[in-house]
Amino acid sequence: MMRFRFTESAIDTDAARRELLDHGAGGYVSFEGWVRDHNEGQDVTRLEYEAFQALGLKEGNRILTEAVRRFPIKHAACIHRVGSLDLSDMAVWVGVSSAHRGEAFDACRFIIDEVKHRLPIWKKEHYRSGDSGWVNCERCAAEPLHAHGHGHDHVPGLGASHDRGPGVHEPPNPLVLPGSE
Amino acid sequence: MNPIAAPVYGLILAGGASSRMHRDKAALLYQGKTQLDRAFDLASGYVDRVFVSVRASQADEPTRSGKPLIVDLAGMGAAEGPILGIRSAMAAFPDVAWLVIACDLPFLSDAALEQLLNERDPSILATAFRSAHDGLPEPLCAIWEPAAAAALSEYQNGGGHCPRKFLRRYPASLIEPLDRRALDNINTPEEYTIAQLELEPHVGANPMQLKIQYFALMREQAGRSDETLETSAATPGDLFAELTARYGFTLSREQLKVAVNTEFSDWSRRLLPGDAVVFIPPVAGG
Repeated sequence: MMRFRFTESAIDTDAARRELLDHGAGGYVSFEGWVRDHNEGQDVTRLEYEAFQALGLKEGNRILTEAVRRFPIKHAACIHRVGSLDLSDMAVWVGVSSAHRGEAFDACRFIIDEVKHRLPIWKKEHYRSGDSGWVNCERCAAEPLHAHGHGHDHVPGLGASHDRGPGVHEPPNPLVLPGSE
Repeated sequence: MNPIAAPVYGLILAGGASSRMHRDKAALLYQGKTQLDRAFDLASGYVDRVFVSVRASQADEPTRSGKPLIVDLAGMGAAEGPILGIRSAMAAFPDVAWLVIACDLPFLSDAALEQLLNERDPSILATAFRSAHDGLPEPLCAIWEPAAAAALSEYQNGGGHCPRKFLRRYPASLIEPLDRRALDNINTPEEYTIAQLELEPHVGANPMQLKIQYFALMREQAGRSDETLETSAATPGDLFAELTARYGFTLSREQLKVAVNTEFSDWSRRLLPGDAVVFIPPVAGG
């Protein structure tokens, strides 16, 4: 089972998680991306997500297919919100079930990284100052070629790289349900 | 091996039924010239004599009638088709080899014919290109040696009718095409449209309707989320330049990707009427 989808309402993680259940799975790893209140020195008040869904569905399912091929996992799924989101709302959910935890962590990381880089999804940040801006689009427009843009990995660990998904907080410890491990 | 290779004549196969095209493929026009004339003139640059292979019923058909014809022989006990055309030519001139060219290869080039003639091996039955698509022999842009006549007769008498299968079963020299495009044949009206657009850049100047969808920053700058546009842009690159002039997009083409008909595309793809185009600004999912 694998499925990527968009939703305009709150992501129902309980229902999504149930679709990953498998008697052969010893664990489940999930990632939730949340709306964060700051980015690049600006106070963020809310986000708007917009997607080219027809292509996004194809590409999202290609990512999940790649994950199942690359990692020995049972199931993978991903749900992405579109529309207007408030602080702490969940923007994206990724879930992976597998026999053992290692590959579930790896596959979950792989999926969220690919989703951020490849899916035709855009987000507009609204700031406390009253301004707003499309992430990765407005500032980059005046900057040299390939300074930013599609899926160019910035050096990790150097602080606020705005390719990391500004406005979204990554929980440090993905949830792992106790399994038979 | 015979040290003296037989002289080569040209044979343009124009006896096909063109059933999927619903039109006579020999009469299709590119740059105002029929495909039959194009193939005939191309071959004429390399061999002393060129003939057009036709069925008896086609001998008076205007596209063909002005040309030197070789009419399919009756009484060979064989079904109509390319093998009968080749055998009829071999019966008319038993001592020559035939540069056989099908009449549905609009991209056939001087480079391809030069390569075929240069790499010809007259010591076996035929020299043919290996298809760049499936690795199989391409019998209808090939040199058929005089010695193939007996083998073709044997093959047809045994019920065979496919020249490609013949070349797999009998000894033939297969060469890798340097011009991979040269052997792309066209069978349908859509393939004809695409070939026309590629061979006649000015055809792209005829306006056509495209559907454009805009997202995110580009939607705001265009002031709309979609539109149907009359345009003469031939490629997504041309279209983006046209729309940037109209809407003042601040993103440069190098920052964007493009999708045509909900699949990622390259910027130089030929657009066709009705195509749906989406420019994809730098993404920010997650």
